This record gives sequence, C-alpha cells and structure tokens, in this order.
Amino acid sequence: MSALTAGSALAVVLPLILLFGFLLHQGASAVNVDFFIRLPKPVGEAGGGMANAIVGSLILIALAGALGLPLGILGGVYLTESRDRRLPWLIRFVADVLNGIPSIVIGIFAYTVVVLPMRRFSALAGGVALAVIMLPIVLRTTEEMMRLVPASLREAALALGLPEWKVILRVVLPTARAGIITGVMVAIARVAGETAPLLFTAFGNRFWHQRLDQPIAALPLQIFAYAIAPYDDWHRQAWAGALVLIALVFLVSLAARIATRGRYSAVR
Amino acid sequence: MADGILVKDLNAWFGTLHVLRDIGLAIAPKAVTAIIGPSGCGKSTFIRCLNRMHEVVPSARVSGTVLVEGADLYAPGVDPVEVRRKIGMVFQRANPFPTMSAFDNVAAGLRLAGMRNRAVLNDAVERALTHAALWDEVKDRLDKPGSSLSGGQQQRLCIARALAVEPEVMLMDEPCSALDPIATAKIEELILELRKDLTIVIVTHNMQQAARVSEATGFFLLGELVEFGVTRELFTNPRDKRTEDYITGRFG
Repeated sequence: MSALTAGSALAVVLPLILLFGFLLHQGASAVNVDFFIRLPKPVGEAGGGMANAIVGSLILIALAGALGLPLGILGGVYLTESRDRRLPWLIRFVADVLNGIPSIVIGIFAYTVVVLPMRRFSALAGGVALAVIMLPIVLRTTEEMMRLVPASLREAALALGLPEWKVILRVVLPTARAGIITGVMVAIARVAGETAPLLFTAFGNRFWHQRLDQPIAALPLQIFAYAIAPYDDWHRQAWAGALVLIALVFLVSLAARIATRGRYSAVR
Repeated sequence: MADGILVKDLNAWFGTLHVLRDIGLAIAPKAVTAIIGPSGCGKSTFIRCLNRMHEVVPSARVSGTVLVEGADLYAPGVDPVEVRRKIGMVFQRANPFPTMSAFDNVAAGLRLAGMRNRAVLNDAVERALTHAALWDEVKDRLDKPGSSLSGGQQQRLCIARALAVEPEVMLMDEPCSALDPIATAKIEELILELRKDLTIVIVTHNMQQAARVSEATGFFLLGELVEFGVTRELFTNPRDKRTEDYITGRFG
C-alpha cells in the first residue's frame, strides 16, 4: 500500500522533473547575459535577447496586480464579513464560474471592453485581461483564509472596544496574511504564464515598450511567436524563454513559501 | 461606578430559540458575582448581554434593559463599541492575537484605539501585566509571541489585555475551564485581587470556584434565573428545590 501511494506521489512530480530537465537541456544553451539585456534581433541575424519581453511580463503582472489584488482582497473581506446571505452567495458562484472560464474568452472580453474603445492594442488591455483572471483566485483565497481565523480572536478584539473595521484590518487580516499571500502568489504564477488572453490585448512588441496605451511584449507571447517561426535560432530562444518563465514562476512560488513562514503567522 | 449593574426583563434569542427569559438581578459594584448552571442554561449568553457581545452572532437578538451607572446599554443611540470599552471580557479559551508579541497583545486595545505614545503604552502594559500577576514571569519575554506562553500565562495575558483599556467591569466566561488546578488557583487569586477595583461577573462550571471567589451567585436553568443571592446562603441553604438538586449533584 505504501509503495502504491509513494509511487503515485512520484508519478505526480515526475512530469515536472522531466519538463524542467527537458527545458534545461533545450534552453540552457541560449540563456546568457544577452538574453536578459538585449532586444530581439531582426530576422536572419543571430543573437539578441528577450529583455523587452521579460520587462513586459513584469509590467503586465504589476498592472494586473494593481487592478486585481485590491479588488480581490476587499471583495474577499466582504464575502467573509457580510451578514447578508444572497449577495455573497451570488458573488461566490459567479467567481467560481469566472475561475473556470477559458482564458481566451477573458482575452476576448478585454478586447471588447478595452481594445475596441481605445482603438489600439495596449499593455493596459493585457493588464485588464490578466486582472480578470486573478480576481476570482484572490477573492476566494482571501475569503477562505479569513474564515480560518478563529472567531475567538475576532471576539477578543471586539470585546476590547474596537470598531469592527479595525478588528478586520488590524487583527483578522494580519492573522490571515500568510494564507492570503500564498493565494496572491498562486494568482501571479498563474497569470505569468498566460498567453491566450494576451494575443489580442497586449499583442506583443519587438521593441522596448513606450507607454501603457501601446502594445507590449510578454514572455509567453514571445515564446509562442518564436516557437512557430521557421528559424532554428528562434526555436532555441523560445526554449530559453520557456526556461526563464518557469524559473520566474518557481522563484515567485519559493518567495511565497518563505514569506508564509512568518514569525507569528497562524494560518498557513 | 458605585451603582453596579441592574438587569431588568432581559430576554435573548438565537433566531427563534428563546435562550434567556425575563432575567432580572442586581450585580453589586466592586464585588464578584458568579453565574452557575448546567451547560446550555444561558449563563454565557447572559454575560455576553452585559457588554453587547451577544448581538455579534448573526440572528442573535436581545430585549430588556441593562443599567450600568444608571444608563441603559440597550438605549437607542448607545454605541456597542463604547460599551465594550468600559466592560471588558475574558473568554473560556485563552485567545492571544497570534500575530502579536506579548507586549503588543496587551497594548492592542490602546494602540488600535489610536494611542501612539510609546511611554504611555509601556506604562499601561507594565501596569496591566502587574495587575494580572504576570509581569515578573514575562517581563524578559515581552517580544516573544503571546502564543508561546503556557496556557495559564496566556489566560493571564488575555486578562492583562482586557485590563489595559481600564474597564470598570470585567466579565469572565469560564476563564479556568481549560486550565490545570495550579493555573486555576493563580487566576482565582487574581480575581480576588481585581475585585478591589472592578466589578466582576464570572461564569463557571465549577461550584467550588463560585463558592471560593464570589460574594453573590446566580443559578441559571433552561434560560431562567432560578435563584440569586449571597453565595454562602445559596450553597448552604438554597431556597429553590432545583438549586438544591444542582448543587448537590443530582443533575447537571
């Protein structure tokens, strides 16, 4: 029995190990300093890098976070604290549906509400699309983590003569902090790798990005474009891009694990 | 302050469940009043009505009057936050804030109410911890998490936390039920000390404890106040048959 369970556990992590090994094998040779600091070279020239895409991805994640995190966390607080029954139920249901919507559909949504009115592809549109993907994850984890905070802590704070909003802000949220951070990191890792919703929102850009209302490069987009191109050099760079992307997500997850080991954190 | 607490026609519900029926009693100031009774008799609900904590639970409802210093806690326009600041509470299980150090736990009530002055906070924390007979044990560990203390110390930390905002009344909801006899004895000593300055209402399952610490005792059964009187008389010469049955261990 224990052999069976251990085998299953191994089978679960095996694809990840193989994938990482394969990526290292294929992409490591193309990862060099140039890759991180140079723009892509024109077709036919060897070398160049994906600096613009790395920066673009970081900008898109920051935009998505700026739009999605406050909404998601505040909404999660509402879901836990509201005494109403119907509206939170509805919001929870809609959020769970939203979580299951294919990301390309969310891309179409951002295209309709941001790209069409602005008449151009833009970093902003990409940020909106990614924020919509982040929202339900952050909303639901915030809610779950706040629910894990024992009612006795809330009561202790109320009994000290503190108003409810202060109890939430200074006692409940800090106690749930570690768990909420984990949820935020999961959401960031998720959107960092999204390609489909960026295809017709952020669009991609072969140069440094200029303004938020202009198209912007992103790692997944660049990987996609390079992988389907007919040049061997581009294929190698696509592998390298995939490796860097995975490393980025891995680092974010690792940072989350370390952040959640906070000294006094109760809920993990 | 010298008026104590006067409870009249107090009724409480959870949804449609009527958990307290027409409670009326007078709690003496600067004395310990014990509330005894079997589980589910409404004694916890009763003290939660004294600082408007009952209504924190969704669907909970209260009617009646609770006069503290002649003012009704349930009068329209009374802010429950103000009520709770004057009437502190200690719970069954020690519940220090896990994200805060021992110091921050005790300082929480003042600091979260806006007090920033470090010297004032230091003073208040030392006074509250001394008052709670915990200062000597934790003065070198104030920066450690409150949850790293022993069970009895945690409960005294929670008492110190409640004392730091300088309430006039302290409600204690079975404060020793999770503690060993030694820790219990310390808390009881502390209660006898605190009664010099505070009006104390303590809910307890332990009749010996009620007999040891309180001047007056109320016996609750099925949401009603069966008997209320001087502790010694209630235990040695109960007027009601049901009180006698309970204190002699025939049920409960």
